[in-house]
Amino acid sequence: MMRVEFTVNGQQRSDDIEPRLLLVHYLRETCGLRAANVGCDTTSCGACTVLFNGSSVKSCTMLTVQAAGGEVTTAEGLAAPDGELHPVQRAFRQEHALQCGFCTPGMVMATVGLLAENPEPTEQQVREGLEGNLCRCTGYHNIVRAVLAAASEQASAAAGEQASAAAGEQASAAAGEQASVASAASAAGGRAGR
Amino acid sequence: MIPAQFDYVAAESAAHALDLMASLGDEAKLLAGGHSLLPMMKLRLVSPTVLIDLGQLSELAGLSADGDELVIGAMTRHADLAASELARSDAPLLAHAAAQVGDPQIRHRGTIGGSLAHADPAADLPMALIALGGSVQAQGPRGTRRIAADDFFTGFFETSLAPDELLTAVRVPRRPGAAWGYQKFVRRANDWAIVGVAAADGRIALANMGPVPLRASAAEQALADGASVTDAAELAADGTEPGEDIHADGEFRRHLARVLTRRALEHRT
Repeated sequence: MMRVEFTVNGQQRSDDIEPRLLLVHYLRETCGLRAANVGCDTTSCGACTVLFNGSSVKSCTMLTVQAAGGEVTTAEGLAAPDGELHPVQRAFRQEHALQCGFCTPGMVMATVGLLAENPEPTEQQVREGLEGNLCRCTGYHNIVRAVLAAASEQASAAAGEQASAAAGEQASAAAGEQASVASAASAAGGRAGR
Repeated sequence: MIPAQFDYVAAESAAHALDLMASLGDEAKLLAGGHSLLPMMKLRLVSPTVLIDLGQLSELAGLSADGDELVIGAMTRHADLAASELARSDAPLLAHAAAQVGDPQIRHRGTIGGSLAHADPAADLPMALIALGGSVQAQGPRGTRRIAADDFFTGFFETSLAPDELLTAVRVPRRPGAAWGYQKFVRRANDWAIVGVAAADGRIALANMGPVPLRASAAEQALADGASVTDAAELAADGTEPGEDIHADGEFRRHLARVLTRRALEHRT
């Protein structure tokens, strides 16, 4: 047994575990967080996808000890404390992007990771960005629609924040400068996303 | 599936990893991104007694230019290599190959050093290293040495790394603007190549056409002698004895090698 310390959904954890304990089993059995599913158990299906330090990973192919010192986020950690759903969760519900729901936590986490790297993906980039997640029910069309809807909702929310920030500025020149910084930042985000 | 029991040590530096390797010997395996090793351990194909985790060694991650070479730290993740502006401008074939590995989640964890040391003949990065004529840097008790790509892959999942050597970095020539082509034939989105071809600078590398990534020497020679792309590509499978599996028999693989070589040469960017 060895002691590992890291953060799960913003909460500091410190547990004695076996080195061979897979992250997905730790999350489900030690933490009681059962959103991440064990599907294929062979790094193929993506049902166990969680975020590690902000990037999507398959928790069936990571030892818990490898997460030491890092931050893990599961689907349970997405919604706001008041229960308000994350925009990606909301979009999956609105677009009916699930049927049986088994792949959904992984799909949602892969989507959150994808949009962090590439906030305004094309449909093709969404399809390729989710190539690590399998769904046996939906045929993917509604999932792709949900991802695009979430992206545009996040973009308009960001634009709204930008606009209100700009409105708060006394000098319009400063606001213009800020907007151009924002568009440069979003262009850089687009390049960083594969 | 759960791996057999093992002890775990997180290396604190490359020197610490080398010390651990020297004291533990064959009992230990190095853990980089773990996306080849952990699946094998879960299937109990390997059951090391000790894992030496290189995951915290930021000294082994990252890219830099060194004269006319691009140096990629062994612990650089595929996603970071694929997104690197330096790699995309100076070694675009390598950045592209990194972007073809598995899927996004796999690329967030898998490393270039791990992939090369694992030496799967169907994998993307070994083929890319051969096509670029790169080399790997190995550190061991006898010092640091450089191993050319053509001398690195010695057999099925075997390399010329000594058991007490650590692959620390990968070097490829910086060739901004040079033409390259890359073809990977798969039946499933995140799979290994059934056959792959990477072409750069008169060199043509083949994935999954034998126990190691190979060079299509006859096709390279024909190109050098002025043959057309179509004629040279017809020679791409010469001298190869590809294996058979559920995806393809040997004859189909030879066919794919010829067709994909033609496409890689035609589509050079």
